[in-house]
Amino acid sequence: MLSVKTKTGLVFFPAFDWAISATHPEREERLLYTQDQVFEEGLLDIDGIIEYKPDLATIQDVRRVHFCVPDEWSVLTESHLISAGGAKTIGMQVLEKNVERGFALVRPPGHHAMRVVHGARGFCNINIEAIMVEYLREAYKVDRVAIVDTDCHHGDGTQDIYWHDPDTLFISLHQDGRTLYPGTGFGYEMGGPSAAGTTINIPLPPQTSEEGFLYTLDNAILPIINDFKPDLIVNSAGQDNHYTDPITNMNFSAQGYAELTRRLKPHIAVLEGGYSIETALPYINVGIIMALAGMDFSKVREPDYRPQRIRQTADTAEQVKRVVADVMDCWEKGPRLRERNRAEKKSHKRERAVFYDTDNILETQMEEQRTCRDCSGVLSIDSETDRGHHVLAIHIPRKACNECRELGYQLYDGANLRSYHQIFLQDRTHDQYLVRRN
Amino acid sequence: MIIGLDVGGTHTDVVLIGQDCILRQAKVPTNTSNLFDCVWAALDEVTRDVPPEEIERAVLSTTLTTNAIIEGKMEKTAMIVSPGPGIDAELLRTCTHYFIVSGSIDHRGREIQPINPVEIEGLSSKLKAEGIEHVGVVGKFSVRNPKHEIQIGEILGDSFTNVLYGHRLSGNLSFPRRIATTYLNAAVHPIYKGFFKAVKESLKKKGLNIPIYILKADGGTMSLEASLFCPGETILSGPAASVMGSLPFASLEEETLVLDIGGTTTDMAILIHRVPLLDPVGCELGGYKTLIRSLKTYSIGVGGDSTVRVLDGKLKIGPGRDGPAMAYGGPTPTPTDALFVLGKINNGDAQASQRGMEPIAAAMGMTLEEVANEVFDHACQMILNGAAKMIEDINSKPVYTVQELLEGYQVQPQEILVLGGPAPYFAFRLAALTDFQVHVVPQWQVANAVGAALAKNTSEVTLFADTERGIAIAPGEKFYRQIDKNFDRNDAVALAYELLKNKCIKEGAVESELEMEVLENVQFNMVRDFYTTGRNIRIKVQVKPGMVSEYKDIAASMFHVSPSQKMPEKMR
Ligand SMILES: [Zn+2]
Ligand SMILES: [Zn+2]
Ligand SMILES: [Zn+2]
Repeated sequence: MLSVKTKTGLVFFPAFDWAISATHPEREERLLYTQDQVFEEGLLDIDGIIEYKPDLATIQDVRRVHFCVPDEWSVLTESHLISAGGAKTIGMQVLEKNVERGFALVRPPGHHAMRVVHGARGFCNINIEAIMVEYLREAYKVDRVAIVDTDCHHGDGTQDIYWHDPDTLFISLHQDGRTLYPGTGFGYEMGGPSAAGTTINIPLPPQTSEEGFLYTLDNAILPIINDFKPDLIVNSAGQDNHYTDPITNMNFSAQGYAELTRRLKPHIAVLEGGYSIETALPYINVGIIMALAGMDFSKVREPDYRPQRIRQTADTAEQVKRVVADVMDCWEKGPRLRERNRAEKKSHKRERAVFYDTDNILETQMEEQRTCRDCSGVLSIDSETDRGHHVLAIHIPRKACNECRELGYQLYDGANLRSYHQIFLQDRTHDQYLVRRN
Repeated sequence: MIIGLDVGGTHTDVVLIGQDCILRQAKVPTNTSNLFDCVWAALDEVTRDVPPEEIERAVLSTTLTTNAIIEGKMEKTAMIVSPGPGIDAELLRTCTHYFIVSGSIDHRGREIQPINPVEIEGLSSKLKAEGIEHVGVVGKFSVRNPKHEIQIGEILGDSFTNVLYGHRLSGNLSFPRRIATTYLNAAVHPIYKGFFKAVKESLKKKGLNIPIYILKADGGTMSLEASLFCPGETILSGPAASVMGSLPFASLEEETLVLDIGGTTTDMAILIHRVPLLDPVGCELGGYKTLIRSLKTYSIGVGGDSTVRVLDGKLKIGPGRDGPAMAYGGPTPTPTDALFVLGKINNGDAQASQRGMEPIAAAMGMTLEEVANEVFDHACQMILNGAAKMIEDINSKPVYTVQELLEGYQVQPQEILVLGGPAPYFAFRLAALTDFQVHVVPQWQVANAVGAALAKNTSEVTLFADTERGIAIAPGEKFYRQIDKNFDRNDAVALAYELLKNKCIKEGAVESELEMEVLENVQFNMVRDFYTTGRNIRIKVQVKPGMVSEYKDIAASMFHVSPSQKMPEKMR
């Protein structure tokens, strides 16, 4: 009987009865052909590849990560809890050592969902990787985590959630924000004052192919991970870098994704985007599963795969090299920046607008972070939407010192409820979530 | 009257059943080197003096193919596989003469790369030169488009005794299982054909012109003629026969756990409102994972004859058997010996049982009676743990829609039906150890043969339609039709029912008895560039396993005869 080297867990949840709308890219059909290919290849029969039924994530799991406005059930559905739950299931199986690696092949996706959630943006409502990671931190005392986002779109939601967390290395590899939604993810976006350098953005030029992706992996991502020494590597395995993807402009392939997975060796991969549902997803997903399990994937290829035809130009290769050099520069600067910022106890403010394209909501945020010598500091977010919701959200980080924790509660209790519809407190030191409302 | 006959590993059971009772029953030793002889002997026992015209039919369950596969006694068979891209097909090799050829079909059934006729012609002459007569042809996604398998078959022509196509055997996806299933069906074909011919000729010689049916792994029957095409379907029909034999006694309202406690193993199955649960993909035998439709069964290595010993101060029962219980002259103590020590059985040498149990008692620091109780409880507990594991396994089967996941249907049996040698004693103990209602299947000694006799025809049809491509195909039925844009899931179900009805009637089913049901009915809108371009429809319909209706009252009569009561030797 066929068996594999690396025990690999798989949660497959195609949500065959869920769609954003009938003709939306996030529709029932999205993983249909992937299912056909995975079943026909017989991957689930292989000794050492184990399929798990997803658990449902709980509201408490969501509250560890998000401030949902006005409340959770207004911005999410059961499908989102299953999708996040599928990632959580894989995480648990890996941490329980029932499998060495795992893949949550689930939908709907989540990497565009930020800490404050007023609705859906970029097809995402809640951040399924962050919900999994924070659950694993709570339940298994996992500390340092690296999240590598290989979706073609900038993982701006995950970036936002971990912007101030020096224990989470977030690396996003994506098509340059000047040419694609959501228009962010530039090299200078390096993380908040206390976590400068642990957010790494790698904006690649359109038409980057296998060579460019693997060059970036070998010369930036792997060395950075090696320096960071994470306890856990998570891959947000979006598949829209594929040369046939209808909404992006990259030239990546199933072979490339599988090879990237083989070299990255993530403990947990979570599906994100990918909308070439017939000609890319079936082959990429089979390739990723086989690569995780340590199988030979050399014969996995798309029907129309011609590496020469999609090869990047010398010019593109040059651009990739420059981006990688910039990234390594940032990575080296990070520690000094963090030291300097934390040494001076002060408040850092950033004002910004967040657009929820899926739900057509415009949010303005005033975020305030107070640096601290002993911890990553308290964060408060004043958020208001064009629909009239106005909330204040206080986040006390997981390793907050007593002083910062107290400060968090003072901000929560002291805020004037007349100015806000709701005031939230997320205390990660005690896994607590409190709400004050009118 | 119906004859039910189950050829088991050690003996063959046969019953003759009338409208409402078992008229005759017999047991003859199984002669594995000549299975047909024992079938004949058993038939002879129950048909003596019976006018042949009064026998409606005979249903046979045979271990012939199961044994051939487990013992590796299969005919030299060549496999020609066309994998296209994906998993390395070399990893799926089933035999020496296994050839990977070009050609590729994708998940929607589109041809990506044609086959190479020259390559197949070369292969064909090579196989002929090597004297190979049996060939299996399997393509990846051939159930979505069987074109390549058929083309290869046409090139092979008439020069082989049997060329078997993968797409005809099951509509389910799984290229590796399709290879294994095709290989097994092709490789047991010659040995099965011998049996088939012997049955036909002997019946003719005896002037017995009764229709013969063969029991399948899914607890249903097929005609003898149909079985020649797919002899692999007869594997594991033995356990299926016992499960079917327990059916009349199962609750119509509840879920039932069936335990068949044998010598070395206990086989388990689940009934839901008297309908046996099927394996969603197919059964596994001798290391082969197949697409052969079968009951969901689970087997654990503990039974009445399991070897009992003490390992590191702990009691260990099975797996494995050294012989019969010591009470019956065996070499090592068994759970059956424990029953002798406890005085529950007394038709053997109880002193031998005690001699066997003494060292176990000493090693465990217990009295003889204590250790006998312990052995018995331990065996019962192992069976219950096995059952719990099977139920957990069934309940953890993933589902792929939000609705199904939230509904979270779980199997939760409330009753246990026990059959097999030590059934009454185990039933008593199992009842004490659990909250289940525990019943012994009356006449459990012949439940397998009764199960075979009462089983109905079963069948399955898989239909795949793609309105963008304008096709509807049911590869197992050699069915292909062009369809228009308006074809939808309702049309597809109606079409699948029609195909199923025809298939069943061809296999000897009675139209009025066909209880057809839909197993799978999904329809996806296909959207390209934000426009709906067609529907992708997948339908699976079946006739589920069950009992022939005119004999359903037999349960009542069997309940009222205690196992000790002797059956009438002569007919009424
Ligand atoms: Zn990305
Ligand atoms: Zn994306
Ligand atoms: Zn602090």
